[in-house]
Amino acid sequence: MADRLVASFVRRYTPTVSVRADLELESGESRVLVLFGPSGSGKTTILRCLAGLDRPQEGFIRFGAEIWFDAATGVNRSPQARRLAYVAQDYGLFPHLTVEENVRFGMDANRSAATARVASILERVHLAGMAGRLPAQLSGGERQRVALARALARDPALVLLDEPLAALDLPLRDPMRQELRQFLRSIDVPSVIVTHDRVDALTLGDRMAVLSGGFIRQVGSIPEVFSRPADVAVAASVGVENVVAGTVVESAAGLATVRVGDGSIRVAADVESGPVFVCIRAEDVILERSQHGDVSARNQWTGRVVALQSEGSVVRVTVDCGFVLTALITRPSLDELQVAPGSTVTALVKATAVHLVQRGPAQEPTTPTDRIS
Amino acid sequence: MDWSAVALSLRLAAATTIVLLAIGLPLASWLALSGRRGRWAVDALVALPLVLPPTVLGYYVLVMLGPRSPIGRAFETLTGSPIVFSFSGLLVASVLYSLPFAVQPFAAAFAAVDRTLIETAWCLGASRLRTFTRIVVPLARPGIIAGAVLTFAHTVGEFGVVLMVGGNLPGVTRTVSISIYDDVQALDYARAGRTAALLLAFSFVVLALTYRLQRRSGRAWPIAS
Repeated sequence: MADRLVASFVRRYTPTVSVRADLELESGESRVLVLFGPSGSGKTTILRCLAGLDRPQEGFIRFGAEIWFDAATGVNRSPQARRLAYVAQDYGLFPHLTVEENVRFGMDANRSAATARVASILERVHLAGMAGRLPAQLSGGERQRVALARALARDPALVLLDEPLAALDLPLRDPMRQELRQFLRSIDVPSVIVTHDRVDALTLGDRMAVLSGGFIRQVGSIPEVFSRPADVAVAASVGVENVVAGTVVESAAGLATVRVGDGSIRVAADVESGPVFVCIRAEDVILERSQHGDVSARNQWTGRVVALQSEGSVVRVTVDCGFVLTALITRPSLDELQVAPGSTVTALVKATAVHLVQRGPAQEPTTPTDRIS
Repeated sequence: MDWSAVALSLRLAAATTIVLLAIGLPLASWLALSGRRGRWAVDALVALPLVLPPTVLGYYVLVMLGPRSPIGRAFETLTGSPIVFSFSGLLVASVLYSLPFAVQPFAAAFAAVDRTLIETAWCLGASRLRTFTRIVVPLARPGIIAGAVLTFAHTVGEFGVVLMVGGNLPGVTRTVSISIYDDVQALDYARAGRTAALLLAFSFVVLALTYRLQRRSGRAWPIAS
């Protein structure tokens, strides 16, 4: 595979402080990797090393057949020679250049070809009428679009985004997040996104790597990492939560139905049909021995207990009810329920305790050149 | 008033400014942007003319360029005339003397350019030179103009170095400040006063314009954040 990023390196600051990364990423279905972790965990360092803006002391970075960095041989390609799109946290728009000049900056095509291409890219990111404006005359969302357009114009082999939504005001963040997701799905280019925001990770990523203390603790699909954190550090940083992939099939009178595997989940929300992540906090799941007739909870699933895991005064109960659901209950509750692995229980979840994260309409990926020319 | 001295001073100041733009911009970018080891030594070297008495600087330039020095001999072989007590000699001395007045504002302006923009340009494939000319220099323009104006004004007003290296040849090396000194020596206070007033007014106008320019351009590209 030509567009495969393989990186394994250590960036050392002092003998005791270092950032270690082991990553693999390629174009195709799982091309968007989220680097997730609290500030100071080393996310940005990893991104800068991939971009060639920072230099590790050990290891290597390879992209396809190209060697971008190798500590053993001293090879270190400059950022210019890595054909990547790097978008800094505040977008790094050149304040003295117009939108058009910004987008054109990274292109080496001749003048007339460039003009046509810039126009088509600006149209694509809904900035057709803004070509002559300076960045200071744009809103936050428009600035993000210019940064993406400029990145795209370079026809990059790898996209690196550092906290792409952090510079936006709160009301703008939701729509721009969806837009960014669609943008990333519309190009078949491996992308690495740094964020400390759970919703960003859920919305934008196909896979995520959780960082803590300079280490990547876990890499996996989004639902896998959220639902089955590898260790306490990951659990603490992502929160204990059930994340299940599903599809909204119906939405009426403030109640949506999400199909998940063979079953369905009812959610108090008005949403459009399409792919979503269903998020249920483990502490919001109620367990009981037998199914009741009349309860207010909209969701009742009967399943088998798969595992019990003690966490201090509470117990984590994993139930297989068509999908894997984790409940957090107290020890006395567990004693009263008398559940053990293999026993049958019913899980109850109120429709208002379910949170949906939209994943945008499903789109056929295309290469950037197809879309622009 | 000694108009030939005024013309000479302006000519010298213009030439010094052009030379210092040519060598000061690369030097300042090295100092401000590269973060190489040993830059503290270069920083100190550039700042030396600020603290040295002009006579000390002038003395060394005189020795360095004198007819018995390699540079002085080479210049004389090439042009047929000695470099000291000539316009070229004055120019060398002025460039050295005004070096910090150019390089320090340039370096400060370069250092103030958002590092993210420079790195973004690199990642967009722009070479270091293209990044410098298309991003760094335009964004540092107010500081570059300030450095050029200060260099010009400082050269117009210099005295000690000029006297040491250039002497006092009318039309060749006699600058405005030296003509004022001559007039005072000759007890022609009226003439000295007129020239001094001209220099005072000139310096004030130049500095006022510089500060005004800097204040305005500070808001030329407002970045709301």
